[in-house]
Amino acid sequence: MITVALRHDYPNASLNIAFAAPTPGTTVLFGPSGSGKTSVISAIAGLLRADRLHVSLDEEVLTDTAHRVFVPPERRRIGLVFQDGRLFPHLTVKGNLAYGWKRAPQGPFAFDDVLELLGIEDLLQQRPHTLSGGQKQRVAIGRALLSQPRLLLLDEPLASLDRARRQEILPYLQRLKHRHNMPIVYVTHSMTEVTLLADTLVMLQGGQVQVAGPLAEVSSNPAMPTALRDDAGSVLRMRVVDHDPYARLTRLQAGRLTLDVPLQAGRSGHVRVKVPAREIILAQAAMAAISINNTIPGRVRRVVEDVERNIALVEVLVGEEVLLARVTRNAVARLGLQTGAAVMAMVKSSSIEVMDGPA
Amino acid sequence: MLPDQYLSADEWTAVMLTLQVATRAVLMGLPFAVAIALLLSRTRFPGRSLLDTLVHLPLVLPPVVVGWLLLLIFGLRGLIGGWLYSALGVRLVFTTEGAALACAVMSFPLMVRTIRLSLDAIDPGLVQAARSLGAGPLDRLMSLVLPLALPGILVGAITAFVACLGEFGAVITFAASIPGQTQTLPLAIYAALQQPNGENVAARLSLVSLVLATLGLLGSEWVNRILRARIGR
Repeated sequence: MITVALRHDYPNASLNIAFAAPTPGTTVLFGPSGSGKTSVISAIAGLLRADRLHVSLDEEVLTDTAHRVFVPPERRRIGLVFQDGRLFPHLTVKGNLAYGWKRAPQGPFAFDDVLELLGIEDLLQQRPHTLSGGQKQRVAIGRALLSQPRLLLLDEPLASLDRARRQEILPYLQRLKHRHNMPIVYVTHSMTEVTLLADTLVMLQGGQVQVAGPLAEVSSNPAMPTALRDDAGSVLRMRVVDHDPYARLTRLQAGRLTLDVPLQAGRSGHVRVKVPAREIILAQAAMAAISINNTIPGRVRRVVEDVERNIALVEVLVGEEVLLARVTRNAVARLGLQTGAAVMAMVKSSSIEVMDGPA
Repeated sequence: MLPDQYLSADEWTAVMLTLQVATRAVLMGLPFAVAIALLLSRTRFPGRSLLDTLVHLPLVLPPVVVGWLLLLIFGLRGLIGGWLYSALGVRLVFTTEGAALACAVMSFPLMVRTIRLSLDAIDPGLVQAARSLGAGPLDRLMSLVLPLALPGILVGAITAFVACLGEFGAVITFAASIPGQTQTLPLAIYAALQQPNGENVAARLSLVSLVLATLGLLGSEWVNRILRARIGR
């Protein structure tokens, strides 16, 4: 468990942020610039001197301004990866990787394994200024891992990279999360990264926590500001139950919710599924002769209308699971979508994103 | 080496003595310059601006005044000089060491300034990264701060060396102009100009000064470029 309670007054802004998140697991801090994300990361790392601050990790108090407790950053064993990599320019890649490694106690990360995990075996003799942005970030992640951290902090590690480079790094982060069970606190303002990595989501806005909680809960809560964004959707943990090679479909299940998605040959066990809200059609009755594979009976739990844009987000309860649908306010009126109403949710199989691991 | 037909034995002595004095001055001043630059660049303490001013005084004071202050402090009846002589038998006034001390004090601000600039240029983010990787204060100094400041330290040393080659006022006041002991190039040139028909000697020594100074400046530029290329700046 990580707990953070932070109060700080900057000359033109003030922060009042408190949350707790389970470890292991990935906690994503999400919010616009200036919302306090980087301050939280710095506070956990011990690099921020705040007016009032309490930070604890797995029962150990790292900072407590009220009781004058402060463990210096060099003794926290918390790995830190910055947006700009911050590799040491006077050392080779190997020197950079060894920097934390030499100073760390024996730990689970072996030098060669980390090289392989991040695909940086061939860069060892190079100097940082000869590396591409994506290579720099991978080396920075490797350097942090080799310091055998108890917790890894990543401050927008992909923000300075173009789309292709991001695709290059994301799989490594997912592998780290699933294969190594590394507790991670991750700062981003990209919804994609939230969907791919978060177990716990902490949304920050103007120096305050807006919502915090498990991703599945938070992402399908229509009162969430993100839910009104174009990339709103539910993120579900589902189990692969069947592959149908003839229909070329794979069946996923979570409680009473069943979804057919395009054939995911080779996948088994648990997966993470994102159903975008804009891809769900609501109807009063099922229809035959329609291309949609998934027609799911459910009940409306809540409707949140966005008066400004004349759209509404409808929470549809299917057993224990929640699907989020984005429809017009007109559709809400026509179909009589109120709390408790029975409704059919239709989801295009091809619009469902299936990703690795439920964490 | 310059062959004897270009320079007389005395002139040759003055050249070698100058190089020796400048080398000693730099070796004497460098550790202190690094320490003071670190203090000024990386710490905040009361009296910091006073120290800063004190360090820069030789840059703005007339060199003769510096030489005279050195006489007061390091002379045989001075606070430190008296102790050095009675306790250790070391005499600085009118000696080669004394000339080196005068040069060291005069070139000290140059060294501190250059080193401090290179320390200030170090990205604080790198220091934070080193902390998160488990490096304590002394460890960071040795493994990160000093290596990154190395170009500045070397350039500062070379600049100070070149400046020492030309130091006149403080040396002549504190160490006098004793051929073979304290008479460095500028002092020898001045002495030659006091002699009838000394222009030729003065001209030759001036030419040597010019060559040494130019080589020194080129050298510092070269060192700087090589070291910076290594760290990709």
